[in-house]
Amino acid sequence: MTDTALTPSAAPMAPVLRQRQWLATLRTALGFTRTRVGLLIFVVMVLIALLGPLFAPHSPTEFVGAPNSSSTGLFGTDTLGRDVFSRFLYGGRSVLGLAAAATAFGVALGVAIGLAAAYAGGVADEVLMRIADVFLAFPQIVLALLVVTAFGPKLWLIILTVAISHSPRVARVMRGAALQVVERDFVRAAEAVGEKRSRILFAELLPNVTSPLLVETGLRLTYSIGLMAGISFLGLGLQPPHADWGLMINENRLDVTVQPWAVLLPVLAIALLTVGTNLVTDGVARASIGVDRS
Amino acid sequence: MAAPGRTPVQIRELRIELSRTREDIVDEISLEIRAGEVLGLVGESGSGKTTVGMALLGYCRPGGRVAAGAVLVDGRDLSELADQVLRSLRGGLVSYIPQDPGTALNPALRIRKQLLETLETHTKLSEAERVQRMRESLGEVALPSDDEFLTRYPHQLSGGQQQRVAIAMAFACRPKVIICDEPTTGLDVTTQARVLQTVKELCRLHSVAALYVSHDLAVVAELADRVAVMYAGRIVESGTRDQLFTTPRHPYTQRLLRAVPDLAGKRTVLGIPGRAPLPGNRPGGCFFEPRCQLAVDACRQSFPAATMLEPGHQVRCYRAADTAAGVTADEAAALPGITAGDSVLEISGLKARHGTRETLFDIELAVSRHECVALVGESGSGKTTLARCVAGLHRDYTGEIRLAGAVLANSARRRSSEHRRQIQYVFQNPYASLNPRRTVGQTIARQLQLFFPGSRREVGSRVSQCLERVALSETAINRFPDQLSGGERQRVAIARALAAEPALLVCDEVTSALDVSVQAAIIDLLRDLRAEIGLSILFITHNLALIRNIADRVCVMTEGRIVETGTVTEVFEDPQAQYTKQLLANTPSIEAALGHA
Repeated sequence: MTDTALTPSAAPMAPVLRQRQWLATLRTALGFTRTRVGLLIFVVMVLIALLGPLFAPHSPTEFVGAPNSSSTGLFGTDTLGRDVFSRFLYGGRSVLGLAAAATAFGVALGVAIGLAAAYAGGVADEVLMRIADVFLAFPQIVLALLVVTAFGPKLWLIILTVAISHSPRVARVMRGAALQVVERDFVRAAEAVGEKRSRILFAELLPNVTSPLLVETGLRLTYSIGLMAGISFLGLGLQPPHADWGLMINENRLDVTVQPWAVLLPVLAIALLTVGTNLVTDGVARASIGVDRS
Repeated sequence: MAAPGRTPVQIRELRIELSRTREDIVDEISLEIRAGEVLGLVGESGSGKTTVGMALLGYCRPGGRVAAGAVLVDGRDLSELADQVLRSLRGGLVSYIPQDPGTALNPALRIRKQLLETLETHTKLSEAERVQRMRESLGEVALPSDDEFLTRYPHQLSGGQQQRVAIAMAFACRPKVIICDEPTTGLDVTTQARVLQTVKELCRLHSVAALYVSHDLAVVAELADRVAVMYAGRIVESGTRDQLFTTPRHPYTQRLLRAVPDLAGKRTVLGIPGRAPLPGNRPGGCFFEPRCQLAVDACRQSFPAATMLEPGHQVRCYRAADTAAGVTADEAAALPGITAGDSVLEISGLKARHGTRETLFDIELAVSRHECVALVGESGSGKTTLARCVAGLHRDYTGEIRLAGAVLANSARRRSSEHRRQIQYVFQNPYASLNPRRTVGQTIARQLQLFFPGSRREVGSRVSQCLERVALSETAINRFPDQLSGGERQRVAIARALAAEPALLVCDEVTSALDVSVQAAIIDLLRDLRAEIGLSILFITHNLALIRNIADRVCVMTEGRIVETGTVTEVFEDPQAQYTKQLLANTPSIEAALGHA
């Protein structure tokens, strides 16, 4: 044997890449100011939404005073005489919970479809993508309206519908990212030794597209928050007397001139949550370009 | 000091360093190129040759900056010029022929527009004169200048034609200096020969000073008048072509020449153990000292200064006087003889297609046990398609492929696990054939689990054994592919293939993406493995000279057909087919180039 035994050290060719792609992306993202600001906002709003009920002075359905009075409680009472602040603190859970669930299912479904389409190629790819196009033709909220009108405002149905409306968008992006990986030789190597298709999709392809996956998840969450708030506003989500930010906006909009806080607080909360998520996603997107290039 | 007119390129003590850490990328670079002369700048990956080439354009990659020294082009120091002025220089005074013409030509512009645009920007010719100059330039590179050709888009030209358009563009503005960045990589041998000839003639004709950056010594031998060898950011030897190739004095140059495969087959290739140091890791003394057989204590103290051995021949080595003896190398053992083996692989009547296009016609091939059969051809000849059919990665074929008598299914998925195990494939590009998200250990362990299921501990020790067989240490187990060099990755790919203990190893251009010295080491490894475990190899390559070092028999392919087969000696010494003769004649070789001079 020739004496060319090597102790591997830093490669002269490509710069050393961190071990986990998504970890490297996140670390780089946190280096940007926008990500840190966004993360701060997001964390604060999530804490308010999740832990709010612990600090609420009253129950959200309790009548504490005259309607629209500004003397009782921190922000006054709403159109039916319930404490605005307490309802606000209780109202975030549903929006956040529904948004997170819809995002999770939507992304999972989209990833599966996108990777399968990219790997299969040919007719299967065309068929999947054209079906996706059909679903893309429905604006997300219109699809939710359709389903709810037909089947009633069931929460699981709303989560499912929004998830299904997310999936073609996610599928498109993941398919694009996977197409670049599918052609590479290590996938051919896996095929040559007879790896099962499902294993190739999830063990070979998926780990190599985690950067676009992170970005898509962030984007979908941003949209989901707005969608769920909108669906609640239309009365299709949680029903009264539950406290819900979207519902609060609807219930109190006619009295906004007299009791602005009942509308303003949930509006600000939803806006800040969206902005925070968006900033973090933007930071991750910029970081992933930088990380992927090296 | 030579007059700028006669010496358009003068680089003095150039130092380029990384902006952040101040570590040098290249240092103490001093070069001169006279008008009409071609200087070949030779080095492996990481030697800094491209950095020096780009410095002549006044360009530094992001992250680097010129820290000291001067780059004088036609008497003007590039570092003192403003961006605007530099932009007008590039293309006009200094021209550049890139490595990949596919990315250099604008895919949205027709050829006519691209050429005229260059002329418009950099010359003061009138409209009619520009058209005239364009036709002249195209004529010089043997391309037609009729309207039919001029209205084509780059994607409608072949690789060779694209490269020649790039050359025409470079010479059209009559620059004083031209930088060629390995412009013949990716071209087939015949086109390469023609392109080199063209570049040489045009440089002579227009008195252009040319810098030819390359890692391919044979090409440089054919083209250059003077040669400079770079190692780890320093020029270690420079001289005329004859001086450098017949009497190299620096140990690195000697080892490098020893690693270049020899078409005449009079010697085997020898690799260089170890690896070139990166910026920041360079030792205090001579950079080559850790890998040098002639190193003495003085070599560890400081980097040797340049000594002039004969007029025009400079070396930076303390032992230059003692190196005249050449490399004392352990001559590699002769290739193991073929034991009249049972056949491992038999291909009969193979016809393959890509979509509707027929790519292989009536292929007949056989590989016996312990035998290495080389499949040689240029790009587009169908050799990769054939290899993929054998591995089951290309299903669209008719005909029979038999493994030890049993007919194989077309697709790898349809083949039995045993058949899949017996044929293993090593891919060309070591950067793409390993999953970047898996450690080396995980990749090999997966392979073992697929074919030899066992307990975790068993698999663990077998992984170490596999790595040992390819001369990689155990520390590689937890590394990711990005942390290894190209040569190391290719070893991992070979280790993965061998982990399955196959009967046949299909090597698809496994060294094409590697440096010459690394290539030699991999060939060495494959030779040793054949001797040790009696492996049969189907070795696919376009590099004729390499075959001499590893193969027993050769099949020459072109345009989907095998035009000649025979033992290596037969085919190389007494080729029958016209195509083989042409291929042998056009392959650049150092010996042939020196013979012509």
